[in-house]
Amino acid sequence: MWDMRATTRCRAAVVSMPEASTPARQIAADGIPAVDVVDLTKDYRRPRVSLTTPGPVVHALRGVSLQVAQGQRFGIVGESGCGKSTLLRILAGLEQPSSGRVAVMGQAVTGRTERSLRFLRENLQLVFQDPMSSLDPRMRVRDIVAEPLVGLRLGGDHAARVAELLSAVGLDPDVADRYPHQFSGGQRQRISIARALAPSPGILLADEPVSALDVSVRAQVLNVLSDLVDTYALTLVLVSHDLGVVRHVCGRVAVMKGGQIVETGPTAQVYDAPTHPYTQALVAAVPTIGKALSGERAADLAAGVRRARDAAAGQA
Amino acid sequence: MSRPSDSAGSGDPTDSLDSVGGPVLSVERLGVTSSRYSLVENVSLQIGAGERVGLIGESGSGKTLTALAILGLLPETLRASGSVRLRGADVDLVGACEHDLADIRGRLVSMVFQEPMTALNPTMRVGRQVAEVMLVHETVAGRQEADAAAVALLADVGLPEPAAVARAYPHQLSGGQRQRVVLAIALANNPALLICDEPTTALDVTVQALVLDLVTRGVTARDAALLFISHDLAVVATVCRRVLVMYGGVVVEAGPVEQILTAPRHRYTEGLVAASTIETTDAQGRLRTIRGSVPGHGRYPVGCVFANRCDAATSACEVEPPWVGESVDVGYACHHPVSSGGGVDA
Repeated sequence: MWDMRATTRCRAAVVSMPEASTPARQIAADGIPAVDVVDLTKDYRRPRVSLTTPGPVVHALRGVSLQVAQGQRFGIVGESGCGKSTLLRILAGLEQPSSGRVAVMGQAVTGRTERSLRFLRENLQLVFQDPMSSLDPRMRVRDIVAEPLVGLRLGGDHAARVAELLSAVGLDPDVADRYPHQFSGGQRQRISIARALAPSPGILLADEPVSALDVSVRAQVLNVLSDLVDTYALTLVLVSHDLGVVRHVCGRVAVMKGGQIVETGPTAQVYDAPTHPYTQALVAAVPTIGKALSGERAADLAAGVRRARDAAAGQA
Repeated sequence: MSRPSDSAGSGDPTDSLDSVGGPVLSVERLGVTSSRYSLVENVSLQIGAGERVGLIGESGSGKTLTALAILGLLPETLRASGSVRLRGADVDLVGACEHDLADIRGRLVSMVFQEPMTALNPTMRVGRQVAEVMLVHETVAGRQEADAAAVALLADVGLPEPAAVARAYPHQLSGGQRQRVVLAIALANNPALLICDEPTTALDVTVQALVLDLVTRGVTARDAALLFISHDLAVVATVCRRVLVMYGGVVVEAGPVEQILTAPRHRYTEGLVAASTIETTDAQGRLRTIRGSVPGHGRYPVGCVFANRCDAATSACEVEPPWVGESVDVGYACHHPVSSGGGVDA
């Protein structure tokens, strides 16, 4: 979050681009994928542990390629450490890959300076997992939601825009004077979504947007997200470890493991007939009320995971 | 899981023999209050040997406070009332002195916490931490036996190369491995009651399945009672036979898992089950929700705690609803329960 704020601020202070008023998604022709990722790799080097040898290398991404069409709802599923967040950070231009290319609406994101990424900041916005740590506790909601407009030096009536955004996410516009701590978790996540939508982006990246929320509120936020994607014809990239959430929201899904995409396809197909052993393990491990009522116990879930692991070991 | 008595050495044999047949845990009218608010009110429950009971609730509903009150681990600013009796313990756990509680905790009752990194001591090798709980309660003869038993316990919870793991520090293990170590510590003295507080919330879904399996097998092998706390209905349904639903510090409904999930009576349970079932949507293709959000402490309505979010609420709900049901284990507290046919009772 802070990286991004700092970069938008510093960009806006230095450059004012002539095409700023025309969002790139209107320029881009139909048919160009909203997000195009080609053979992306990212290596991190661990701190060295010896004076004579360099630190060990962590391969966070190993050759990831994917395309998200305009208007698509794309899900990325995987366990912690599989590289989901690294991928999102590179898509958002917050990090540079070791190799490979990323293009958003036909324009390259990788290999460019921060200053030339204005089109990306206008077109692609992020919603983070924990709304408490991604909202500045010292800023009023009004300023939080207007921050992208200020940072990008977008004109217009900011107060009216903030009120419009707050009602779009289901909050009373009167709450604009309050601070983040005065809201519940679900309401904070709504504020976070309102902020992301402020510069009218065409693409929304959501990193585990509901995993920090209570069950009763999770459904509310997912409904809001779904409505907004429809209303504003957004392209949505949703990262989650919860297969149920991805299945409900997304039309297409990619399953990641160890920095690679192991399976991708229409959501229903991937869930109902997973082909990769890892996806099978993932699907088998999810406890659901339906499975529990039909007598499936923890032992059965664990057996499914072990079976799929054995199959993966046999394949390797 | 191999026979637990091989690995850990059983405690005082009278523990498992006295009052056979009675409930292992019997909680009556348990309450927790701070200086300003009542946080948990009138919680009653009983768990027998070998029974697996779930406690469901959203954050702030009082489920963790209930568990801490049972263990006598409440912060000093909070006060417990009511009664908590544990089979094998001579004292009432509410109001017992620290000396008695220290003898009970880790021997008769133990707990698996949500975040294993904070539950383990970062400066101690994990094998030592497993051995410690047996040495403290003198359930093994000496240090060497304790160390051997610790390695056997680590093997029991499915850790590969248990002897090597026993020499590791917590930061060298993954989240799932750490939670297995915490489980090994909790099971070391063959407790009569195991309390798990959101044990898999911090874990990935495949690891969660394996840990849930270990918890279930661990308590089954010891014929121990399990109190399983979670906000995830699906997880509770997978592990438990019976559940209690908490909201706003009170138990609003209790009963067998199948009944609660398929034919809930309390309006909150109905909403919670609908909101958790992400596979189904209403006619417009939207997820079912409970309107509003969980109020903060002290902001719950008078009478029925759920009244301000309930579509069926009337002026009758300003009076606290009585418990309707045959016992504390099966029943609900609602003025306008969902009828068995799905409509509203008059």
